[in-house]
Amino acid sequence: MKLITHNMLTSKCLKGVVTGYPLAINATDIKVKEVDFNPEFISRVIPKLDWEVLWVAADSIGHSDGLPRSLENKYDENEEFLKKAHKVLLEVEVEEGHLTCPESGRQFPISKGIPNMLLNEAEVQ
Amino acid sequence: METPHQNHIDKADFDHVYEPAEDSFLLIDAIEKDLENLRSRNPALCLEVGSGSGVVVTAFGMAFPSTFCISTDINFRACIMSKKTAEYNKVIFDSVRMDLASSFADNIFDIIIFNPPYVVTDSEECGGDDITASWAGGVKGREVTDRLLEMIPKKLAKDGTFYLLLIEENIPDEVINIMSNHGFRYKTVVRRKVRNEQQIVLKFYRIIY
Repeated sequence: MKLITHNMLTSKCLKGVVTGYPLAINATDIKVKEVDFNPEFISRVIPKLDWEVLWVAADSIGHSDGLPRSLENKYDENEEFLKKAHKVLLEVEVEEGHLTCPESGRQFPISKGIPNMLLNEAEVQ
Repeated sequence: METPHQNHIDKADFDHVYEPAEDSFLLIDAIEKDLENLRSRNPALCLEVGSGSGVVVTAFGMAFPSTFCISTDINFRACIMSKKTAEYNKVIFDSVRMDLASSFADNIFDIIIFNPPYVVTDSEECGGDDITASWAGGVKGREVTDRLLEMIPKKLAKDGTFYLLLIEENIPDEVINIMSNHGFRYKTVVRRKVRNEQQIVLKFYRIIY
């Protein structure tokens, strides 16, 4: 699971959960896999994401080095910044671990890089 | 558009995951037919729901290297196969096991693609998490599709597009009506007769004023 994907996941379909966002990450195996740098894509996708949530997620798994906690103006012109954003969005992968719902504490296992968000019938809203 | 390489797949895995067939390739053809329109919109995020082997979403990712692609499937083996297919074809990708698109934040995806379990079956046959889930569609072959239709208005970006494959028995006009009530217009992208099955790919989008 890449952090760009974590940025879009919620547990709000759990019964009794209001926002279920962001999910906490507990990682037991993290890999960094090289991905071609595409600054145009990074600039275009950042406005669609929650930057604060990305920063906290990266920090919680030890990958926030040099990453600004809030977005500066004209970040799309700052190649150094875009490279760092590229790394945390696309190159850092949580292979094993789990995600935790911030409201209910329900855990969602991550296995072989794939989060399992399936709920049983009794848990669904 | 290029067809993704599938040499990495062990044929025995198709006992558990839907093997790419005419319907998969019709969806790829539909995307190819719409390529110019899609390129002009430069999508950032694409989701395929129920991706099975992953050939459709991987074909999309190969044609759009500046789009991040995600797939979901209820079947863990399908999630793994989709991820491998994407990686083998060098597509930047993530795979999540979930029910349709239920665990995503709202207004995210520029493109959503769905090749549903469309075969008309008893309700009881529909709703598992093994290979039966890839084809058993319940009443009208629409039970799973109709659940996703209710999620589309939330999960799709305001200016997003939803591509859906149906067969005649699914009564496409009813689907068009449901989506129209959600404020979506539609176009028929492509249709084809395969053996005795009339397959059709529709796209749904909102008019932004």
